[in-house]
Amino acid sequence: MEKGTETLKRGHAQMLKGGVIMDVVTPEHARIAEDAGACAVMALERVPADIRAHGGVARMSDPGLILQIMESVTIPVMAKCRIGHFVEAQILEAIGVDYIDESEVLTPADEQNHIEKTKFNVPFVCGCRNLGEALRRIAEGAAMIRTKGEAGTGDVVEAVRHARSVIGEIRRVSAMREDELASYAKEIGAPLELVIETSQKGRMPVVNFAAGGVATPADAALMMQLGVDGVFVGSGIFKSGNPSARAKAIVKAVTHFNDPKILAEVSQGLGEAMVGIGVSQLPEKERLADRGW
Amino acid sequence: MLIADGDPSMKIGVLALQGDFEEHCGCLTRLEVDAREVRLPSQLDNLDGLILPGGESTSIGKLATDYDLVEPIQKFAKSAPVWGTCGGLVFLATDVGGDQPTLGLIDMVVERNAFGRQVDSFEEDLEITGLPGGLFRGIFIRAPKVVKVGQSVSIICELKGGSIVAVRSGRFLATSFHPELTTDTRVHEYFLAMVEKALRS
Repeated sequence: MEKGTETLKRGHAQMLKGGVIMDVVTPEHARIAEDAGACAVMALERVPADIRAHGGVARMSDPGLILQIMESVTIPVMAKCRIGHFVEAQILEAIGVDYIDESEVLTPADEQNHIEKTKFNVPFVCGCRNLGEALRRIAEGAAMIRTKGEAGTGDVVEAVRHARSVIGEIRRVSAMREDELASYAKEIGAPLELVIETSQKGRMPVVNFAAGGVATPADAALMMQLGVDGVFVGSGIFKSGNPSARAKAIVKAVTHFNDPKILAEVSQGLGEAMVGIGVSQLPEKERLADRGW
Repeated sequence: MLIADGDPSMKIGVLALQGDFEEHCGCLTRLEVDAREVRLPSQLDNLDGLILPGGESTSIGKLATDYDLVEPIQKFAKSAPVWGTCGGLVFLATDVGGDQPTLGLIDMVVERNAFGRQVDSFEEDLEITGLPGGLFRGIFIRAPKVVKVGQSVSIICELKGGSIVAVRSGRFLATSFHPELTTDTRVHEYFLAMVEKALRS
């Protein structure tokens, strides 16, 4: 019997495809998410919009809170650790979370190095803004990727920018001759073997979700039509007027992302969306997506 | 050795509400079978068999209920073979302990996440009754197990400790593990042979 293999780590993300992963801060939120059909939850002390408002250093959540959330639902539970903080990751593995998000939403603990993720049995998801960043994270052992977007804003523009950038680069690399791949790998700062794998498969070598700014069913379907495998929704659900209805609608929008009639049905009567912050109004030093390299 | 020749005229649906349906479609395409994604009841028309993929069984159950797929799949299954992997196995069961909606097509009691959380997920070589070609690599991810079966159900694979991880009940097949995550297409061929047999009769 073998555990912690690449197949098992990447395979778990493959089971999440076509689904919605929701940020939750209490067991009650987690049950609302599960009832709405979420394929997993991200257990947090504060959703990104509140992390932004609160300021200060954002760290891993209290493991006791994460455990309470794990006990309250049967779907997978993910939790975030700081970039480079491998001890927070060890703690999260020890309590048995199903996936660790090494996340730019928390304050980075190391400005040079991400966590060496291959050593862990638990799989990791990491953020990216482009293909080079994604493949560097996969080389460190990430078994799932999410485009970063700009968390806690409710503005989908950065999510679109990052998804288009990644998917556009994958298209480019798929069309390249074999002898062009080495110089392209160097240009984007990614390991050659992963660039070759991406070129051959014509897709990201691991599952790729969108994140950071999704607030409506239409936003979620937009990301799916751009070509991601699923969607993370952070503040968009529990900072809205009717979280349960919105959560259900976003789940349906991700399944039926190519069916405008169904999208029109599910977009009705959801109450107020989260107020949000326009990313263009956000000072550069407050942008979370620039954390990580 | 192929168990069933890929028949290009055969149409197999893969329930595409949530989960690894693309991986199943990929296996079917490699076997030169026409794979169709199913999200709405009308998409079941003219299919010869149906695969329920792995994924979160609670998500799949809710989406199937909300889009009125449960009864149409039950009706479809009166004449056509159905195979469920992992979350799909859960969806096929009569009893999963809780109020989660299921198809109830296989008379069995299933325990979800029976081996623990993701850190307990494992790979294991399996002996499967009726599957030629030797051991099959089983990929178990937060997998369910079958804890009790009715008389109509045959157990075709058990782990060394006795946990039931694959069953066959007439036209229906269920596996706790994920053949679609391997490059070994034998279980898919085994299912296609069931479909061929159903088409002949």
